[in-house]
Amino acid sequence: MILLYLGIATLISGLFFFNRNRKLYIPLIVLFVLVQLSFTVYEYLHLHETDFKYFTVDALGILLLGTLSIISIPAFIHSYIYLNERKDSPKSQSIYYAAVSLLITSIGAAYLANHIAVMWIFAEITTLSASALIYHRRNERSLEATWKYVFICSVSITFVFIGILFLSLSLQHAGSDDLSFVNLMANASALNPFWLKLAFLFIFTGFTVKIGLVPMYTAGIDAKDKAPSAAGALFSGVLMNMGFVGIFRIYGIMAQTSMHAWANMILLIAGTLSIFVATVYMTRIKNIKRMFAYSSIEHMGLVTLALAAGGVGYYAAILHIILHAFVKSSLFFQFSQVYRVFKSKSIYDVGNYFKYNTTGALILLLGFLSSTAIPPSGLFVSEFLIFQSLFNARYYLLLGFVLLFLTIIIWGFGKNLLKLLFTPLSNFDESHVEKIKPVESLSQLILLVLAIYLGYNPPAEFVILIKEAVINLPK
Amino acid sequence: MTDVLLILFIITLLYTSISNRILSFIYMLIIQGLILFGVTFNALDKIETWNLVLVLLETIVFKAIAVPFFLRYLIKRNKMTRETEPFLPHFFSLIIVTGIIVITILLSNAVEDTHVQKIFFVVALSTLFTGLYLIASRKKIITHLVGYLIIENGVFVLSLAVGNEMPMLLNMGIMLDIFVSVLILGIFVNKIGDILVNPDVDELKGLVD
Repeated sequence: MILLYLGIATLISGLFFFNRNRKLYIPLIVLFVLVQLSFTVYEYLHLHETDFKYFTVDALGILLLGTLSIISIPAFIHSYIYLNERKDSPKSQSIYYAAVSLLITSIGAAYLANHIAVMWIFAEITTLSASALIYHRRNERSLEATWKYVFICSVSITFVFIGILFLSLSLQHAGSDDLSFVNLMANASALNPFWLKLAFLFIFTGFTVKIGLVPMYTAGIDAKDKAPSAAGALFSGVLMNMGFVGIFRIYGIMAQTSMHAWANMILLIAGTLSIFVATVYMTRIKNIKRMFAYSSIEHMGLVTLALAAGGVGYYAAILHIILHAFVKSSLFFQFSQVYRVFKSKSIYDVGNYFKYNTTGALILLLGFLSSTAIPPSGLFVSEFLIFQSLFNARYYLLLGFVLLFLTIIIWGFGKNLLKLLFTPLSNFDESHVEKIKPVESLSQLILLVLAIYLGYNPPAEFVILIKEAVINLPK
Repeated sequence: MTDVLLILFIITLLYTSISNRILSFIYMLIIQGLILFGVTFNALDKIETWNLVLVLLETIVFKAIAVPFFLRYLIKRNKMTRETEPFLPHFFSLIIVTGIIVITILLSNAVEDTHVQKIFFVVALSTLFTGLYLIASRKKIITHLVGYLIIENGVFVLSLAVGNEMPMLLNMGIMLDIFVSVLILGIFVNKIGDILVNPDVDELKGLVD
C-alpha cells in the first residue's frame, strides 16, 4: 500500500510540476489531499503491519501521520490564497505545489520508516523539497536562506549517515546486521557501548537540524522566515516532528542500554541550551516571523527535557509535539494575513491589528495564549506534565532556570505581540489596507480548538496510542 | 595495495590544504574518486556484475567524472577567480591538517576493535575533519561545496571501514540523494553567481537577529 501511496503522491507532485494551467491546481490539490487522507485512514486501520519491508505503522507513526494529514489541508488552502494573491507565474506556482506535495509525502514516509537508513533517505528528500519552497520568492535574501539551509542540512544529514555507520559497527558486535529499529531494539543489550555512544552523538547532532535544537537550529530559523508562511507552518510543525521521530527512535534504543543516563545528559544539555537561545533571541527580536520560529525552538527544547526526565515526561513529550504542531502552524498561517495587511514583518511597522482584521487578531491572540501555554491552551496540559516530570526526576535547579526562561519568553513574545495587536500606528496609510475575509481564518481556529480539545479532553484512543508509543521506554 | 592507495588518499588531503587554485581542488576530487574506485575494487570479495556496476557508478562516474565536471562548469560560468582565498596562510593549514591526521592516528590506536580496519578508520576520520576544516577556513562558496564533497568521500571510506553491506536498494537511494543534493547546491551556486559577482560567504550576512 505504501508503495502505491508513494507512487501516486509522486505522480501528483510530477503533475503539479509540469502543469501550467491555473484551473488544474484545485483538482490536483483536492486529489492529493484525498490520497493523503485515505492513506492515513488505511494505515490507521492496519496498525502494526509492516509494508514493503521498510515501513511499519506504529503508534507514534500514525499519530504524527494524522497530524501531518490534518495540517496539510490548511497548508494547501493558505498556499492557494497566497499564490493567487501574489499572481506568481504558473511556473513558480507549479514548482511550489510540487515541492509542498513532495515535502508532505516524504515527511509521512519518514514517520513510518522502520529502518534507520530509509528514514535517512526521506529526511534528505525533505531538505531538497524544502529548499524549493524557501527559494520561492526568488530574491537575494531567500537565496541566502536557501543556500544556508541546504548546506547545513546536507552536512547534518551526513552526520546522521556517519552515525548510522557507527551504529552498524556497534551492531556487528551483537552479531547482526539488520539496521531496522525492531532488530536494534531486540539486540540493544548486546550493542557495543563505545560505538553506540558515538552513533547516538552523530545521529542526534544530525537530526537537531530538523527538530530545531542547539547546535544546528540556525538553518531552520532562516528557512521559516524566508519561506512563504504556509510552507513555514509545515517546517515549524510537521517537519520538526520528523526530527523528533529520528531522535526519539534512536533514544528508544539508548534507553534499553546502560547508557541511558548518559543519553539523558546529552538531551538535557541540548534542551536547556535551546531554551536559553530561544529566550535570548525572543527578547530582542524585531521580526515577528523569526520570533515564531524561535518559539518553536523553545518548545522543542521542552520536549527534549521531557524525554530526558522520563516518567510522565514521555507521554507529555509526544502530546506536546502534536499540540505544538497544530498551534504553531496556525500562528504561521495567521501571519500570512498579518503580512497582507501591513506588508512588513518588522515589529516597527505593525500595530492595531484589531482594527484592520478583527477575526485574525482574535486568532492571533488565542494563538499567542496557546503558544505560551496559558490556559485555555492545550499546551498548558503538556507543559504542566513536563514540569511535573522534571520535578519527579529531581531536576529542581534546572526546572527553576527553565521556568525563569519561559517567563522571559512570555515577556518578549507578549511585548511584540501585544504591540502588533493593540498599539496604534502613527504614520500608517490605511487606504490600501486589504480587507481579509473572516472565513480565511476558519482553518486556523479549527487547529487551535483542536489543540485545546486534545489537550483537555483527549479521546481514549488518542491516549492509548500515545501510551503505546512510549511503551518501550523504561519507567 | 589498499594501504598504498589509502596513503595516497591522505596525501591528496595534504595537497588540498595548501593548494592555491580552485582547479587543483577539483583535480584532487578526481584523483580521490579514482583512488576510492581502486580501494573498493580491491575490497570486493567476488566480482558480481551488479556490484561492480554500482561501485563504478559511485566512484568513477559520480565522484571522478560528473561532479568535478559540474564544478568546473560552475566556475567557468560564474567566472570565479582562481584563488581559494584561505583565512590562514598555507603553512598553518598544512600544520593543522597534519595535526588532524596525527590525532586521528592516536585516536584510532586507542580504539581496540576487531571489526574495524584501522587504516580505513584513520583515513576516514582525517578526511572528515579536513573537510570540515576546509569549509571553516575558506571564504568562497565553491570551496564550501568542495569541502562538503571531501566529507562525503570520508564517509565513503568510513562505510568501507565498517564493511557492513547495506542492501542494494538503500545504497542506490543514498547515492541518489547525495547526487541530487550536490546538484541542488550547484544550482544555487549558479543563482548566487547571477546576483553576486564573486560569491563568498561575506556577502551572505543579510539574515541575522
